[in-house]
Formats: sequence, structure tokens, C-alpha cells
Amino acid sequence: MSELWLWIVLGCLAAYAIKMLGFLVPEKVLENEKVTRAAGALTIGLLASLTTVNAVASGTEVVFDARIGALVAAAIALILRAPFLVVVIVGAGAAALLRWMGWG
Amino acid sequence: MTPATKIGLSIAIATGLYAISYGALGVAAGLNVLQVSVLSLLMFTGGSQFAFIGVIAGGGTPGAAFGAATLLGIRNAVYGMQIKSMLRPRGLTKVLAAHVTIDESVATASGQSDPAEQKLGFWVAGLGIYVFWNIFTLIGALLGDALGDPKAWGLDGAAVAAFLGLLWPRLKSAEPIAIASVCALATILVIPLVPPGIPILVAAVLSGVWGFFGKGPATEGLEPDIEPKPSDRGKP
Repeated sequence: MSELWLWIVLGCLAAYAIKMLGFLVPEKVLENEKVTRAAGALTIGLLASLTTVNAVASGTEVVFDARIGALVAAAIALILRAPFLVVVIVGAGAAALLRWMGWG
Repeated sequence: MTPATKIGLSIAIATGLYAISYGALGVAAGLNVLQVSVLSLLMFTGGSQFAFIGVIAGGGTPGAAFGAATLLGIRNAVYGMQIKSMLRPRGLTKVLAAHVTIDESVATASGQSDPAEQKLGFWVAGLGIYVFWNIFTLIGALLGDALGDPKAWGLDGAAVAAFLGLLWPRLKSAEPIAIASVCALATILVIPLVPPGIPILVAAVLSGVWGFFGKGPATEGLEPDIEPKPSDRGKP
């Protein structure tokens, strides 16, 4: 089994274990406001970081290329309340267009 | 159809559809069709799946992808507790309920006040999304496979848009916006300093600590990607 497969299987097991954990631990532990707030903040922080990495990282370099156009176009689509799938297509279209025009 | 059934079904279709983008991006990131599908069948929590392929696409190791996906799944434990106290599932029902405990099924259940409707909402949304999510993952993965050069189609831009789309509904007040901004900035600062994949984990630690010692409302960040009442989308 390749290393990628190993981590995929472990990731699936961990995801299920975390879901089940909520059903098994005493309610007081997870009802703790600090824990709930940390879980929420973690979600926001991870998604912000994933957005950033996918927009500007190229290995260990920060580069500004067609993906910045995708970021801006997606933000405009979200402000206009476009549904998720439309936002994704707008992002792809912006990056493809900028690249076709010879940038990034 | 009861109101909860209707809401559950509409969320199932809307959420399931965006698995097309997950499937296509997964293949573009370098996973094969089977690997992309296994994640939808067994990991089954959209944000974590996007995180996994997002780290791989950025050149991170599978171990770092696992780390990001697992950390992003932690909120599901909080959801599990909510569903446990709402539905009181037992035995095999509990085993199945845990698997479909995700943002959207929990939000559908929480949006109902009648206990029977809560139960119906949870199961219709949870099982419905499971079915549609897996069908559209496969369609997306096969499409991605057929497309060829992912960059020419702007699929790397699609990934950026997808993550922003997942983040957006959670930015409803000043504190989430501050957390997101600081984490984005910290990510840019550490990208040149550490191996690919690690900047995401740095942001995870930063935001987790911020949340733990912060003073904002306890539910920040725990909003569904697609809300139970589509008409309310985007309103504060």
C-alpha cells in the first residue's frame, strides 16, 4: 500500500472516530464553552489558511499569479450571493481566462 | 412531505452537487478516482476532504494532509454531542448516525423545534447528502480525469474559490473576520519558512488557542456551508 493510501485510510478512521466521540463522551466535556469556541475558531482559521495557501503558495514560495484573479472573482460572486457551485466555476473561469491572456 | 423532509432534501441536492467540484479537484491534485471516492464514502465530511486534497495539491505530504483534514473534522465531535442529546440514538442507529453527522444534517435538525421533525430532518439530510455526495464525487472525478491539464481549465483557481466559499458563511461578525485575517497573514509569513502543508497546521494552532481563550459566542464557525433556509443565505 502506498503512503498516500495509508494516510487516506487513517484520515477516514480519524474522521469517524471524532464523530463518534461526540456520541460517547459525557455531555459536560463538550458543552464546555471554551471547547466549543476552540472548535469553531479552528474551523475558521483552517479554512482561511487553506484559502491562502491555495491562492499564493507555490512550494515554499509566495507567488502572485492567475489564482489571485480567481480569489477576487470568487469573492465578488460570494458578495452577489451566488451558490457554491457557481462560485467555484467563476474561480476556475477567472484563472483560466487570465492564463489564456498570458498572465500567471 | 413534512417541512423537515423538504428542507433536508433540498439541502441534500444542493450539497451533493458541489461534490462535482471536490471530485474534479481531487483528481487534479493527483489522487486517483478510487482514492477520491473512498474519501467521500468513508471520511464523508466535505471540509476535511477539501482540506486533504488542498494540502496534496500544494505539494504537502500525505501526513500533513491527514493533519489538516483531521483538525478540520474536530467540530464534528461537537455536532455528535448535539445530535446525541436531540435524538438519543441507540445501538446500530448510533453507529450510522455518527457517520452522517456533518454540518448540514446537524443544521437541518437544529432548525426544527418538534422532536419528530428534528429526527426526520437529520436523517433525510444526512442520508440524502451521503447518496448525492458520493454520486457527484464520482462524476466529478471522472470529469477531472477526462479534462487533462488542470491548470489550463483553471482548476487551481477553482480550489481557491471552493475554500473561500466554505469560509464565507462563517464570517458573520468581527471576531471570525479577525481570526480569518490573522490566520491568512500568518500563513503567508510562514510559507517560505516551513515545508508545504505545515502553514495550515500553524494557523490551526493559532486559531484553536484564540478560540479557547477568546470571549466570542460559543457557536462561531459552526455554521453549515449551506443553510437550512436557503432564503436566509448571506444575511447576518
